[in-house]
Amino acid sequence: MTPMVKAEAVHKRFGRLEVLKGITLEVEPGQVMCILGPSGSGKTTFIRCINHLEKIDAGRLWVDGELVGYRQVGDKLYELPDREVARKRTEIGMVFQRFNLFGHMTALENVIEAPIRVKKVPKDEAVRAAKELLDRVGLSDKYDAYPSQLSGGQQQRVAIARALAMQPKLMLFDEPTSALDPELVGEVLDVMRGLAESGMTMVVVTHEIGFAREVGDVAVFMDGGVVVERGDPREVLVNPREERTRAFLSKVL
Amino acid sequence: MATNTNFEWSVIGHYLTAAPILRGLVVTLELTALSMAIGIVLGVLLAVMRLSPNPLVSGLSWIYIWFFRGTPVFVQILFWNFIAALYPTIAFGLPFGGPQAAHLNLTQLITPFVAGVLALGLNEGAYMSEIVRAGILSVDEGQTEAAQSLGMTRLLTMRRIVLPQAMRVIIPPTGNETISMLKTSSLVSAIAVTELLYAAQQIYARTYQTIPLLIVASIWYLAVTTVLSIGQYYVERHFARGARASSASVLQRWWRAISDLRPLVR
Repeated sequence: MTPMVKAEAVHKRFGRLEVLKGITLEVEPGQVMCILGPSGSGKTTFIRCINHLEKIDAGRLWVDGELVGYRQVGDKLYELPDREVARKRTEIGMVFQRFNLFGHMTALENVIEAPIRVKKVPKDEAVRAAKELLDRVGLSDKYDAYPSQLSGGQQQRVAIARALAMQPKLMLFDEPTSALDPELVGEVLDVMRGLAESGMTMVVVTHEIGFAREVGDVAVFMDGGVVVERGDPREVLVNPREERTRAFLSKVL
Repeated sequence: MATNTNFEWSVIGHYLTAAPILRGLVVTLELTALSMAIGIVLGVLLAVMRLSPNPLVSGLSWIYIWFFRGTPVFVQILFWNFIAALYPTIAFGLPFGGPQAAHLNLTQLITPFVAGVLALGLNEGAYMSEIVRAGILSVDEGQTEAAQSLGMTRLLTMRRIVLPQAMRVIIPPTGNETISMLKTSSLVSAIAVTELLYAAQQIYARTYQTIPLLIVASIWYLAVTTVLSIGQYYVERHFARGARASSASVLQRWWRAISDLRPLVR
């Protein structure tokens, strides 16, 4: 079976700072991978490389068997034109730490925008699908609310519905609950749990150890731009083998 | 002060709605509208080009802005007026004696009015591009990233997500530019376009009623500026969609304040 995500020695640097020093990992279809690690460990940069929001400096990254953002000729990589990258991104949903809902659009308009403009779905069909998705994330009474009228948790749930509206094969979550008030974290995690149970392939950068342990199929601990440890979350997050993992967990738990 | 007889209020009253003045006013409005239309379209184009990752594209935009912002608009007006002296005709076709597809006679094509619109519009494009660029930069980068992660291309993202939100920042200075353009358009009186100021000048050159006619022109400039300011309020309100703060016009807020006072007066 083709892995949904395959990373091979992925390197990324910002100027002289090397943020990713060779990340190699695979995510199988239907798997939920949780990436944990201290800030500055490169986990957010890595997840952004998966949909080419960041360019990589060396290595290879495939999503569902296709290189992301590049075309290979011989052993050289050439960056794809904007239109090609955009087409590939329609298969990869992303949820951001700070929601990034379109501020001039209502919740419903946020969700139907890309299906109508990118996938050319007829409007009434897009609206019906969007309402179903908003119902599914528990926002059936907020179709016409603007993002500024919604709580953080509600905004993040709209953002999840917006990503799902493109019917992606893979969902990326970049610290989806880090910007939320503590009492709003649960509602977002519940939606993500439901999504995992429906069989969606997910890569989740998170600090929620409990979520990673319960929902994750694989846990990856990153530090200093490398994967320190990976394995069953109930092992990695309960009895870590590596000293660095243990030190991190003792701080966050 | 206002009772100084040199103002000749009766003369002002007479010429305020005189046919030549009204015709001049219409030309001034046409000049302003056309130049601003060119300026805004060009400004958006130049701003998007300036922010392009392609160095050739952004460089072209930079050179355009450098040139048109760096030379006086008055010189540009004169230049366009005399361009026919430089190139009397322009031919479009294949080079080196190939067949000609079109043949333009610039002497006939570039009337003083066209020269004025070109000069004001091309110059305005340079200023508008900086206003539009500021607006685009004011939109959080997360908006672009979210749009791109949904598979929207760079152009679609600009048109549907970034520019509509940039409008809130773009409109107030654009209102400024429009009002400024209304007044700057009086410069084309120098190339004998009969706009508002030139119409007034033609009359006082004959009657020597200089001050009253300048006041006539000023009254019209003020009147149009007032109308433009009101229009700006409605455009701003349209683009405030989804914004937290409600926007009431100054007049509406005065009216509310007066309404609140009324019980006290009674």
